Amino acid sequence: MPQDKPRTLFDKVWDSHVVERLPDGTCVLYIDRHLVHEVTSPQAFDGLRTAGRRVRRPEATLAVVDHNIPTSDRSQGIAEEESRIQVETLESNVAAFGVPYFPVLDPRQGIVHIVGPEQGVSLPGMTIVCGDSHTSTHGALGALAFGIGTSEVEHVLATQTLLQKPAKNMLVRVDGTLPPGCSAKDIVLAIIGRIGTAGGNGHVIEFGGETIRALDMAGRMTVCNMAIEAGARAGLIAPDETTFAYIDGRPFAPHGAAFDAAVAHWRTLPSDADAVYDRVVTLDAAEIAPMVTWGTSPEAVLPITGTVPNPADEPDEARRAQLQRMVEYMGLIPGQKLTELVVDVVFVGSCTNGRIEDIRVVAQLVQGRRVAPGVRAMVVPGSGLVKQQAEAEGLDRILRDAGFEWREAGCSMCLGMNPDKLTPGQRCASTSNRNFEGRQGPGGRTHLLSPAMAAAAAVTGHLTDVRELV
Amino acid sequence: MDAFTTLTAIAAPLPMANVDTDKIIPARFLKTIKRTGLGANLFDTLRYEADGRERPDFVLNQEPYRRAQILIAYENFGCGSSREHAPWALLDFGIRCVIAPDFADIFHNNTFKNGILPIRLPRELCDLLMQDARLGDNARLTVDLAAQVVVRPNGAKVHFEIDPFRKHLLLNGLDDIGQTLQHAAKIDSYEARQRQEKSWQPGIAI
Repeated sequence: MPQDKPRTLFDKVWDSHVVERLPDGTCVLYIDRHLVHEVTSPQAFDGLRTAGRRVRRPEATLAVVDHNIPTSDRSQGIAEEESRIQVETLESNVAAFGVPYFPVLDPRQGIVHIVGPEQGVSLPGMTIVCGDSHTSTHGALGALAFGIGTSEVEHVLATQTLLQKPAKNMLVRVDGTLPPGCSAKDIVLAIIGRIGTAGGNGHVIEFGGETIRALDMAGRMTVCNMAIEAGARAGLIAPDETTFAYIDGRPFAPHGAAFDAAVAHWRTLPSDADAVYDRVVTLDAAEIAPMVTWGTSPEAVLPITGTVPNPADEPDEARRAQLQRMVEYMGLIPGQKLTELVVDVVFVGSCTNGRIEDIRVVAQLVQGRRVAPGVRAMVVPGSGLVKQQAEAEGLDRILRDAGFEWREAGCSMCLGMNPDKLTPGQRCASTSNRNFEGRQGPGGRTHLLSPAMAAAAAVTGHLTDVRELV
Repeated sequence: MDAFTTLTAIAAPLPMANVDTDKIIPARFLKTIKRTGLGANLFDTLRYEADGRERPDFVLNQEPYRRAQILIAYENFGCGSSREHAPWALLDFGIRCVIAPDFADIFHNNTFKNGILPIRLPRELCDLLMQDARLGDNARLTVDLAAQVVVRPNGAKVHFEIDPFRKHLLLNGLDDIGQTLQHAAKIDSYEARQRQEKSWQPGIAI
């Protein structure tokens, strides 16, 4: 199809999935992959049953359990009744509707956004959806991936499409060399600090520039994972040699001649050189420092060298009230150094930072050190296969020797739906993605940071500039 | 889904920006396999003390706002998770309309699927409606979707914009899936074309 105007990666993926454009611009958009989990799907399957509908393409669908399952030994089943019912409901639904499924004891089980790329289920150029906002993670492969609600889960199950209007294009360009001690997490926290949690509303963010290009796939997934925390519908990164090398050989990816044909197609996906974006934001990587959130919104973020802001300095009344509430909820004193904040819990895991690369960073930093007295530190691998890989590399031994808990795969303390929760007032250094009030447990206080920064906090017992340890 | 035509009801003021989905309904309440029953835990941490007692200073614990069906809030309402439990909790409490300067995208989508009308209005107009919502028993607004106006207690009318397709679905209480299945033949032919053009793209078989 000849194209008049240069297009972005998002435009290309979107255009190639439009089944039909309705007169008002709403599109029937085809969905290539639908990932399903236990928490946001029961009501959707129920809706299908009530209407007498089937799952249109089970072979384009993959179900896992991740959100509410315990991360302790699971061989005896799930003790907590509501969680068990939700998991059993998913199991009966996938059986009834013929949906492929990784059960809790399958080594391939894990957090849906770790499993999709790991299995080669998520591929460049695809449209990928899941009833979870962090579906933006899969955009790291050059896919258009976004979270949907349960009504839309039902819609995709029934029709393999969604009714959508196109988003606007935003380019976030990061150039320059990332300083030592900084990682993909610091990049994306710095971006959110710059544009705010509503900065990406209505847009799909393409992350580009030499710093993004230099990231490995794990780092790219961390960046795209948190695009939603900037309000974006999706985040994506153009596929390149790094992407193709990552995909090659994965179980559900194309193999042999089919892989070569796929790569030939994927090479056509990157944005045209003269493509126009509705908004462009640029960052200099050299100015990024290890970041940590201090408040209860991901945009309340500062370099670790910073101090707690004073709400009294904020001129806007509503905003001042919000900052005041954050300071009080988080138990902070304006002007206090962030490095003075003593932590009770350190959580390493989640779809943001639960990959083998993240666990390696933590193990390397804590090797020969000990978790500080009074600190509970835990590592929750993103999938059973990540756990196996870490154990094959001896990382579990290093972490246990340092005093970390080494747990089974799942979402865990990222959202506190399973027994892994903060108690009221507990302060947590967390590699997860959200620091909302009560996110990790009622009254819990979350500081978002990178795996390296989490490791540093674990061994010193307070928020720490990791650059002082390396 | 219930149709949304006109609504005359008490509006509750919630003068907060970035009301996130964990505030609307914390994750610990997502273990249900039903859509109903979540209203009791709407805004749980704002509404209740740790021991379960109501916080008297929270607006929905006060009369007449216990009966509110309209909510006035500030920027970026519904940010965070994709959980449809957020609109389900609002609906179960009785909220049929949320008015704010803007909404997070996924939440915005989810409200429509449940017969809740999200209205975007500039901050200055939200400020006016916020004042109206503080009028107690007089905090009564009328929302007329067909005419696209909010009628204030003083009779003044505020016009709002809405996507025509979504307006049509809401006014008639139509379900999206039924709409989409009218295009089933197009979906079939799209899939047939993809099987040829992207023959390398495998299905998932376990």
